[in-house]
This record gives sequence, C-alpha cells and structure tokens, in this order.
Amino acid sequence: MANTGAKTRDNKASRDIKIHVSHLKKSYGHNEVLKDISVDVYEGEVVVVLGPSGGGKSTFLRCLNGLEEINGGEVIVDGHQIDARKKEINKIRENIGMVFQHFNLFNNYNVLRNLTLAPIEVRKIEKSKAEEKAREMLSKVGLLEKVNAYPSQLSGGQKQRVAIARSLCMEPDIMLFDEPTSALDPEMIGEVLAVMKQLAQEGMTMVVVSHEIGFAKEVADRVLFMEGGYVLEEGTPEEVIMHPKEARTIDFFNKVLI
Amino acid sequence: MIDIISEYGGLLIAALGQTLLLALLGLFFACIIGVIFGIMSVVKNKVLNVIARIFVDVIRGIPMIVLAFFIFFGVPMFCNTILHLPDKVTLSGLQAGVICLALNCGAYMAEIIRAGVQAVDIGQMEAARSLGMSYSKAMAKVIMPQAIKIMIPSIINQFIITLKDTSILSVIGFPELVNTAKNIIAINFQSFQVWAIVAVMYLIVILILSRLSKILERRLSYGEHRRKDER
Repeated sequence: MANTGAKTRDNKASRDIKIHVSHLKKSYGHNEVLKDISVDVYEGEVVVVLGPSGGGKSTFLRCLNGLEEINGGEVIVDGHQIDARKKEINKIRENIGMVFQHFNLFNNYNVLRNLTLAPIEVRKIEKSKAEEKAREMLSKVGLLEKVNAYPSQLSGGQKQRVAIARSLCMEPDIMLFDEPTSALDPEMIGEVLAVMKQLAQEGMTMVVVSHEIGFAKEVADRVLFMEGGYVLEEGTPEEVIMHPKEARTIDFFNKVLI
Repeated sequence: MIDIISEYGGLLIAALGQTLLLALLGLFFACIIGVIFGIMSVVKNKVLNVIARIFVDVIRGIPMIVLAFFIFFGVPMFCNTILHLPDKVTLSGLQAGVICLALNCGAYMAEIIRAGVQAVDIGQMEAARSLGMSYSKAMAKVIMPQAIKIMIPSIINQFIITLKDTSILSVIGFPELVNTAKNIIAINFQSFQVWAIVAVMYLIVILILSRLSKILERRLSYGEHRRKDER
C-alpha cells in the first residue's frame, strides 16, 4: 500500500495537474468555512478528504465545480478558472462529474432518462447514441435491469450507483464524490465503494469526501485531513492514517479507528 | 320547486354560463399573472423578488369586494375626474370582474408557484447544474415538472375558490348566478327554493372540477403507482 502511494507521488512531476486550488477562502456570512486551502490534484489521482464534520470538506468539494461561490483565492480545473457567476461554468462542469450524499436522481424521470438527459440536452448527443451509452454505463454499475425503473423504486445503494452512472454518461475527466455512502444502510455501502474502486483502477481522477477510512486506505493515492477550514495534514494513506503527525489528526484517527 | 325550475331554469343556466365565462376568463389571465409573478419570485434577482412580494402582499391584503368596487367604480372615476383623459373611461361588469378575479387569483397562483418551486429539493437543481445544465434548462427539464406536480392540487383548489369568488362580483351588477338569483327572488319571493337551486348548481360544477383534479393528480404521479402494476 505504501508503495503504490509512493509511486504515485514520484510520478507527479510527469503528470498533468487537473485541479489547482490556491489560497481558497469561503465563508457563509461571518462564518469562515474554508480559511486557506491550497491543493493540487494530478491526473489519474485519487484524493480522499477525511476529517470531522463541519471541517469544510463538502464545501471544499463544492467549490471545485462552482456549486459554491468562492470568496478568495482561485480554483483552476483543466486550465479553466472556476467562477460560479460566469456562463462558462456550465461548459466546465460537463467534464466534472459529481456524486451527492443524497443521490439527487431526477425524481420525475426513469433511470434511462436520468442518464440520457444531460448528454442529450447539454452535449447534444443523438438520443439513440445516448441510450446506448446509458445502457453501457448501467451494466458497468450492475444495474442494467433497472433501466426503466423510477428513482422511488430503487434502494439507496442502487440510487447511488445510478447517480454514478449518470455522471459517467457525460464522460467526465474528473469525478467528485460528496460523502457518497453516508446516507446508505451499512449493507449497501460495499456495492457503491466497489464501483468507485473500479473507477479508480481505470485511472479516473477522483476527489472523494468520505468517512470511509477503509476505502481511503485501500484506494487513495493521497489523503487530506481537513479541519477548521485548513488542510491539517496530507500525504499517502499510510502516512496520514497510520502515522499521523499532527496532534489533532492523531486524536481523530484514534477515535475513528479504535 | 319544479315550477321555479321550469320558469327560471333557462335564466339560471344562462347565469351559470356567465359565471363560468367570468371564471374562465379570470382564471386564464390569473394563470398568466400568476406565472409571471411566480417566476419573478423564484429567480435569483432581488429587485424582481421584491416586486413580486409587494404585488402578492397588496392583493392578498385587500378583500375582493373592495378590489371589485375599486376597479369598477374607483378606476374609471380616477381616469375621468382626476386624470381628465380625453375619452370617457368606463368598465363593463365583465371587464372589471375579469380584472378583479385575475388580480386576486393571480396573486394566490404566484404564491402557489413560488411554494411549488421551492418545495423541490435543492439537490435536484444542484445535480442538474453539476451535469452542465444552465439554470433555465435545469428549471425547465428538472425543477418545473416536479414543481407542477406539487402545485396541481393547490391550483385546482384555487380554481374552485375563484369560481366561488365570482359570486362576490354580483355587487358590481354583473349578471352571474348570484345576481340573477337575487333578481328572481325580487320577483317571486321564494328565497329558500331559489338559493337551494343556486347552491346545487355551484356544487355540481365544483364536484366535477374536484373529480377532474383527482384524475389529473393520478395521471401526473410517476413511479409511485407503477410499483403496483409491475408485479
């Protein structure tokens, strides 16, 4: 495990930077949620963001595709500056898939239409092509038989897998996961993590906000520990989870790993 | 009873026709007003939000009978004696009635639309936007279809209220059902029978509307009812 992490880090120099975040600040009114975040994510890298609730993890992730307006610093994805107020954000978002804690499948459409809506409406892909792609992605997440089901007929784990397939239908370069398993029953977490693991193996650039320490240990190339609006510690899973240096990080992992 | 129906039946049916005409025209314009102000209250623009808010608050704060008198008597008087417009302004009972219903019902419709849109989970918009959809596309394809489903029962309810509110417009002399009934009673003094007939006429029309709304609601529900069919 330590080896794979180290290897990725060595290769960094030769890889493209996919996401560049520098001195990112974000506040809600007087509440400063992100104080000074600087992170680079490299192509094909899997970065897992860990940390206590309220530490700014989700807000950080939402800044990466402009779902939150930022108050300072900059976020650059694939060479494009992210600005939630500008029209170009729509174009940039086409290449950044996002998976939400509460799935957010479109309740008014069946699974197939959930998957084809954006490709048809945004990418202007032919309906038959979009449906072909949708079926391909559904079989990838193992839910081809649910193609005509409505979201209300699916279990949580199935919804999340459909949500991942929906994002993949846009053929994104980057996938963001915002606590993808936090709203799931324990027995459904595995099926979602398996899909994510497969994506990681295929070389997808991923930023995952999660409480799944096991997933981070196994899949992450790099772990960020975030609290109080700062990245307190970052490194390979081995370094951050097993041998944390900061007192706060040691305390956190002592509590969650028991 | 029979003799009243045979004697005044035609008159009452015609009056019901006038009531329905008034209601339909009023509702038609109310829908336009409601959609305009409803959208103004949900878009991300403070000025439009405030304008919509003021419109709704003002109209909701005025009893419809006052609004009716104001539009039928007040507005023409204002135009003629204060503005001194070259042409004398008069409003027919139908015109004033339709304006009155459209404003009143429109304000409530705007509220129904605002509430309906805001009742759709914010995550739906975020998911649509994260897939690269523009705000308006997300609204049209994802939010509105769900919001309309939420709104349908309230809209039908508002239609029913507006249909009944046409009776208030008897005060400005429009020959709708209540006004006609009053005229008939002035001739035959049979309050009990005539009002009973009128009540039943309203009831029948509104029951039909309620049935329609139930059918519409069932048609518009997705997923939920299909689960049973699948087995």
